[in-house]
Formats: sequence, structure tokens, C-alpha cells
Amino acid sequence: MPKQKPDFSSLEDLSRRLRIDSLVAIYHAGSGHPGGALSAADLIAYLCSEVLAWPARNEGAEGRQRFVLSKGHACPALYSAAAECGIIPHSLLLKFRKLGSPLQGHPHVLDTPWVETSTGSLGQGFSAAIGMALGLRYQQAGSRVYVMLGDGELQEGEVWEGAMCAGHYKLDNLCAILDHNKLQSDDFNENIMGLAPIRAKWEAFRWRVIEIDGHDFSSIHSAFVEASQTQAMPTMILANTIKGKGVSFMENSPLWHGSVKLRDDELQRGLRELNVSEQNLGRYLDGSIWQNGER
Amino acid sequence: MEASGKTASAESTGEPLLIGTSGDSLREAFGKTLVELAKTHRNFVVFDADIAGGTGTHHFRKAYPDRFFQFGIAEQNMMAAAGGFASTGVIPFVTTFAVFCLRAIEQVRVSIAYARRNVKIVASHPGLDTGPDGASAQATEDLAAFRAIPGMVVVSPADPLEIQQATEAILKYDGPVYMRSGRSKTKRILGADYRFELGKGRILRDGTDVTIVACGVEVARALDAAELLKSEGVSARIVNMSTLKPLDTDLLVRCAHETGCFVTAEDHNIHGGLGGAVAEALAQNRPCPMEMVGVRDTFGESGEPEELAEKYGLTGPYIAAAARRAVARRGGA
Repeated sequence: MPKQKPDFSSLEDLSRRLRIDSLVAIYHAGSGHPGGALSAADLIAYLCSEVLAWPARNEGAEGRQRFVLSKGHACPALYSAAAECGIIPHSLLLKFRKLGSPLQGHPHVLDTPWVETSTGSLGQGFSAAIGMALGLRYQQAGSRVYVMLGDGELQEGEVWEGAMCAGHYKLDNLCAILDHNKLQSDDFNENIMGLAPIRAKWEAFRWRVIEIDGHDFSSIHSAFVEASQTQAMPTMILANTIKGKGVSFMENSPLWHGSVKLRDDELQRGLRELNVSEQNLGRYLDGSIWQNGER
Repeated sequence: MEASGKTASAESTGEPLLIGTSGDSLREAFGKTLVELAKTHRNFVVFDADIAGGTGTHHFRKAYPDRFFQFGIAEQNMMAAAGGFASTGVIPFVTTFAVFCLRAIEQVRVSIAYARRNVKIVASHPGLDTGPDGASAQATEDLAAFRAIPGMVVVSPADPLEIQQATEAILKYDGPVYMRSGRSKTKRILGADYRFELGKGRILRDGTDVTIVACGVEVARALDAAELLKSEGVSARIVNMSTLKPLDTDLLVRCAHETGCFVTAEDHNIHGGLGGAVAEALAQNRPCPMEMVGVRDTFGESGEPEELAEKYGLTGPYIAAAARRAVARRGGA
């Protein structure tokens, strides 16, 4: 259940910081997927702050809400949320995708228990979340399970096996969020394998569908409250988003979906658009901003 | 594929008898064992993909409907959901045919093994023992595939007593397990004093000239082979290697010292299964002549299990012939 009356301006600032942190982590890694991390940043900021209530309740706490990032390639945003909420130090973001680091290229539950399950193979996080929701309900635990999917992920047959299962079992402790940024690895969804009509598909599988602007915190909040009150069916929050949101040259471009190496000038341009001050740009580039405990 | 929970009483009620579901098969023994274990172990549930009548779990569905989860004909979702379910602290026994475990092997890899979930996968219809359903249903690759997944324990019991003990053992083991049951009626080959131990092979019959290492339905056939060899003056040691991973390498090395040559026998492709496992262990520890009995890199076909075993060279006489070759290569009995 989301907290009451979130402070939307502080959420705006949190998601701006998730975008900064994500780009910096990808820059230092030399690879990673910026587009889907940026499109999901507002939703992940809301989830981690308002729904999961990080850092107060995480890592195996009884009764915690669970969130699975089934589109595991967007993990820079989730790792950044963990840093911003105090679960991991910011300096760890500089080790993203590095040998020996707990911040794997796709989330791994044995390294970072707060990701709830290992993802990166599309479709699986969704099914794992269904299993969690079934298991929690079987044990009469009140916790809810949230799972975020990408739109390209809907092309996996497993997703529809899971959609059928959750609808059949009327899993009202399950809430899926679709980061519908219209783009996947090589091109727009519609050019790769058309998904429309998405809403009608989920409704046909016995889901409640709430369609929102995935960058508007007021709409996001209303949708999560409504989802938590829905009974006898699972909820899909169909969030319309913009791939690469917040960095103009990445927006709506498939070039920034895949694992990319960010150049110095690209990072600087992106960070400027995210209101990073000129004097801090160099400190993000060399990583020193996070090495002495500062942001 | 049709599931039925009524099979056990089919003969007495005059209902149609489902082929293969009424006998003392490994799958039936497994299903009945789950019911017994459930009385004292409240920490597990059973997942099914619409073949409870074929996997033996119809017994459990009838006895414990609240602990039985139907996933429909959708194995990928079932496997990954098992990983998620296990993360809430309850152990799923995931049951389907071995071929459909292969269908969902990437879900097993990421959502069960990589996440190290306490999930027990129990697969019926392994190998040519599957019989008349034909090659599409005969998994002759599962042992190799699951053995290659890091951290996965792989078990293939030989008779109803052993699968009863093995089911309890894997329930008590904390980690992911793949276990074969079996479709056809099996001979009771193990004595009442037999004790299954995860990770240990067992010498069922001692011998000095050759060691025959077998698993599953091939253990009974290996014992047949030992009788044939005895009449020719060849003393064969029979090892029931019901845990393929982790492999009992110490036992194999001891047998290598004591008999000097080996035969492996499995209802599985000769590549990557029991034969592969034993060859890996011997090559690294004490190389010696070894012959492999198994399906020779081909698909099966429809037929009764014994007919298929004969056509594809899995019966006692073929194992005995392989033993003679191994002994000859080593330098005589």
C-alpha cells in the first residue's frame, strides 16, 4: 500500500537524481542500457520511495512489499534508487558491471537481495513475481508484489502464460507496471512485432488495466492507490513513457536502448540537461563526487 | 496428457484404466510418497502443468488440494513462478514430463538455479522408457542438460523404494534439484535395508573384473547383465549411481583400482549423461577402459519400453557385451 500524500516535488528531484546516477554508472561501466532506465526512472522513484519505503524496509524484512524489475536491463535506475535511498553507497555505482561487483549487468538476487529475484531474461521476472504473489497468499501474508515489464518484453510467450495464470488465480496482491516507451532494442515495437491493442489484451486475460502518463507523479500515485484497492483481479498499470526521458538526444531513439558506451561529451551534455552544475560535471566524470561520501 | 485423480481406484470402480498409471512405477511411488511426506512436512507444495495423472501427483492433488497448484499447460511460467514461490519460504515440487522441463530449462537456469531457490523438479517420462508416445515425448537429453546447470543436483532413482527415500532426501536438501521418476512399471530391485544417500553411489553386487555403473531403469538391466556374465566366468560389480551430480568420484576411483574397467548404462543419450559424468571423473582421476551403453545420439520412436530397449541396445545382453569389450581392452578377465 503506497504511503499517503507523497511530496511530488521531492519525487521529481529523486527521479532527476536517478537519471543522473544511471548515466554516470553507465558511463563508468563503459556499457549499459540508458534508454529504458531513463523511461522507468519516475516509476522506480515512486516505487522505491513510496511503495517499498526504502530504506526502512528491505532485504528480507517480514511483511515487506516486493518489487521485481523484470526488464532487468533497466537496473541502473534501480541501483541508483538503492543508492539514493541509502541501501548501498553511491560509490558502488562506479563498480556497476565491474568484475567482483554486486551490481551485475542485470540484477542478481544473491548479490543484491533487495532486487528479490535475478532478472535479465525477459519474461522470467514476471513469472517469478506471480510465484511470489501465490506464495504470499498461500501463507496469508498481506504483502503485495510489484513487477515492472518492458513493452518489448511482452513479445515473450512466457508473459502471456503468466498473464493467464495471474488472471485465473485472481491475484489481487499482484500489480504489474508496463514501462510502455514504444521502443525496443532495434526499432519501435510496431516495426519489430506489433503489440497493439495492449489494454484490450490484458483485459482479455482478466486483468484490471489503469492507463497513465508514466512521468506524472500525481497520476502514478493515483494508479498505485487504485491498484492496492483492487480486489479479485491483478492490476496492470499501463504507463505511457518516453524512452530516454530527460535527456533530449536520447529521447525516442532506439540508438540508446542497447548497451552503449557513453562518451565524455555525451555524459556532460546529458548531465547538463539534468541540471548538474558546471563545477560538478568534472567530478561526475572522474567519479570523485561519490568517493568521499558526497553526492 | 489427460490428468485423472481417480486412477488408483479405477479397477474397483470399473472406470477406464489409464495406461501406465496403475502400476508400481517410479512416478506412482513418487506421488504416494509426497502424500506420506505431507503429513509430517508442512513446508512444501506441488506444482503441476495439467499432467498430474501422468506424473503421479494425482495422489497428492486428491489428498492435499490446498497444497496443489495447477499452472495449466504453460511450463515456462510454472518454472519461474516456482523460483518466486520458493523465495517466500515454501518449497515447490514442480512436476511435469522430462521433455517439458527441457522446454523450460532457461527458466530453471535463471529463476531457480542462478537465484539458488529451494525448488525440486521431478520429471516423469524420461528416456525411451516413455514408450509409445514416441520420440517427441522421450527425453534423452535431460540428464546432460540439467547436469550442466551450475549448482543443480541431479538424481535418477532405480526402483520404488529408492525414489521414496530420494524424495524425502531432496526435500531435506536445501537447494535446487532435478530428479527423474519413470513411466513404466519397475521391478523392486533394492532390499529393505537399502539406504539412499544424496551424492553417494551404492554397490548392489560385488565383482572383480568390471564395474557396471547404471542409473534409473538401467540398474535392473545391469543386474541382468551381471547374471549373464557370471555364467561366462566374468565377475561384474554393479554400482547404482542414482545421484549423477554431485558424482561419487571416490567410489568410482575405488572401483577403478579394484576392477580396472567400466561400463556405464543409462536410458539417455550417451553424450553428457551418466556416461559423460563417469568419463569426466575417470579421465581426471584414474583413466581406464570404459564402454558406454545408452541411446547412441539418435531420437527414439513409438514402441513398448522393452521393445525400444531391445532395438536401441539398452538391455542386459547389450550391457554384458559392453562389459566383455571393456574387459578385453583392459587385458582380459
